[in-house]
Amino acid sequence: MQKKKLSQRLFIDRLVKGVVCVLAALTAVPLIAIIGEVLWKGYDQLSWSFFTEPTPTAYKAMMATAAGEPIPGGIANGIVGTVIMLGMAVVIAVPIGILCGVYLAEHSKSRFAKTVSYLTDLLQGTPSVIIGIITYIWVVVPMKGYSAIAGSVALFIMMLPLIVRSTEETMKILPASLKEAGLALGGNNARVILKVQLPAAFGGIFTGVLLAVSRVIGETAPLMFTALGCSMIRFSIDKPISAVPLLIWEFFNDPNLQSLIWGASLFLLLFVLFLNLTAKKIANKWNS
Amino acid sequence: MELINPILEFKKVCVSYTKQTMAVKYVSAQIEQNSITAIMGPSGCGKSTLLRAVNLMHNLYPNIHVDGEILLNGADILTMEPIDVRRKVGMVFQRPTPFPTMSIYDNVLAGFTLNGIRLSKNEREETVESCLRSVSLWDEVKDVLNKKGTFLSGGQQQRLCIARALALKPDILLMDEPTSALDPIATKHIEELLLQLKNDVTILIVTHNMGQAKRISSRSMFMYLGELIEYDDTQKMFSDPSDERTKAYLTGKMG
Repeated sequence: MQKKKLSQRLFIDRLVKGVVCVLAALTAVPLIAIIGEVLWKGYDQLSWSFFTEPTPTAYKAMMATAAGEPIPGGIANGIVGTVIMLGMAVVIAVPIGILCGVYLAEHSKSRFAKTVSYLTDLLQGTPSVIIGIITYIWVVVPMKGYSAIAGSVALFIMMLPLIVRSTEETMKILPASLKEAGLALGGNNARVILKVQLPAAFGGIFTGVLLAVSRVIGETAPLMFTALGCSMIRFSIDKPISAVPLLIWEFFNDPNLQSLIWGASLFLLLFVLFLNLTAKKIANKWNS
Repeated sequence: MELINPILEFKKVCVSYTKQTMAVKYVSAQIEQNSITAIMGPSGCGKSTLLRAVNLMHNLYPNIHVDGEILLNGADILTMEPIDVRRKVGMVFQRPTPFPTMSIYDNVLAGFTLNGIRLSKNEREETVESCLRSVSLWDEVKDVLNKKGTFLSGGQQQRLCIARALALKPDILLMDEPTSALDPIATKHIEELLLQLKNDVTILIVTHNMGQAKRISSRSMFMYLGELIEYDDTQKMFSDPSDERTKAYLTGKMG
């Protein structure tokens, strides 16, 4: 009697474990399928010129396809635009985000900080298309034109809450003894934060910034309202500019360019993967 | 006990975490210069709380209130700026707290960095060497000064923290159970070190280790439930305590 009960219990235990394992494996399937598909279709297109030349015109692409040649040109205009806009967004978002995160961690009990913290959460959940249209009203309309500046403002708004949050969380898990030890040596609050706490939190904050970048690098909707796109390689920040995710959308809409989608997707995917792996590596190193 | 020339004096010091509960109740005592004074007592008796009042650590936590007077060389530190007080009153914590991102060298100099004091290269080298020598750590670490402070063993880290506190030449060194996280050999090193250091600095040490208090301190306080029960020469207290509660604690019947 006792024995039968035990075997039943063990069976149920194994059954549950089996189901959970299968479900866990299923969650990995989409990612593997996506990477597989994009690699399969995009691998051919990757060449040096794909990264150094701008998008071809539809006419050139059509002629090349008709002659049975690979489509010339690449996504250099998109890469340059993405780098410029992300760069500007990072330069503004990192200092503001870190300062805000430090404040929220230091004064976590004040009502003001709680409110800001809550609003940060809401901002993080705001649909990117809404951030796009708002940036259009705030920046594109007054500047009388689409521009890299407008695009970077949209990306900045999207990155900010991610950096604030990661800074706040990292600062909060630092041991209180670290701060006390710094203050016990006679340092003022600002110096202790700057010289002791922030350096100790650097790994976590840097990881947060990388994840924020990888999170917004693929954003398309806000850039449609702000950066618009451009078929030339352009370095000026007050003119419309391209971005890799915008190019993917443009390629999709132009039958002659459709085969370029996969190369651009592969580039974006690998870049995000690289950022994520780097972030993970830094986080591990910092935690040990 | 009345001392002729106390460096530190507690006058009716009370510390409360909430309005109802007082962790330290009306403690009055005088601390002799260049001596080691031990604060003993069972867990939760308020000994660490009393110690942390001396360098205004309680100011970090707005709900904690400190009343009374704590006179350092005659001036009430409770009315002074924390950063001024903490420069004169060093502190070593229960667990070693070397700053994890700083090298051993920079850890010794952290007090200057945090106070915004710039030293010339010569001054820095001299300070690092003399401070590490004074905690008998120089010979062990002189070739690895650029390694992180956390690279050292627990006992070495604690000595590094003492060196870091000494670098600012404090009047008083507060120690909150500095050896409770260390093994017996590291503990012995620290105790020997404290006996040397008392020539230069007044040491106030919280310990739950009666043997330690007996070995190193010249005077001892016994605290119980937030009150200072007895304060006397260590020898006298251990051989002939005047209060029953002290006796019960020292003989292991309480605590």
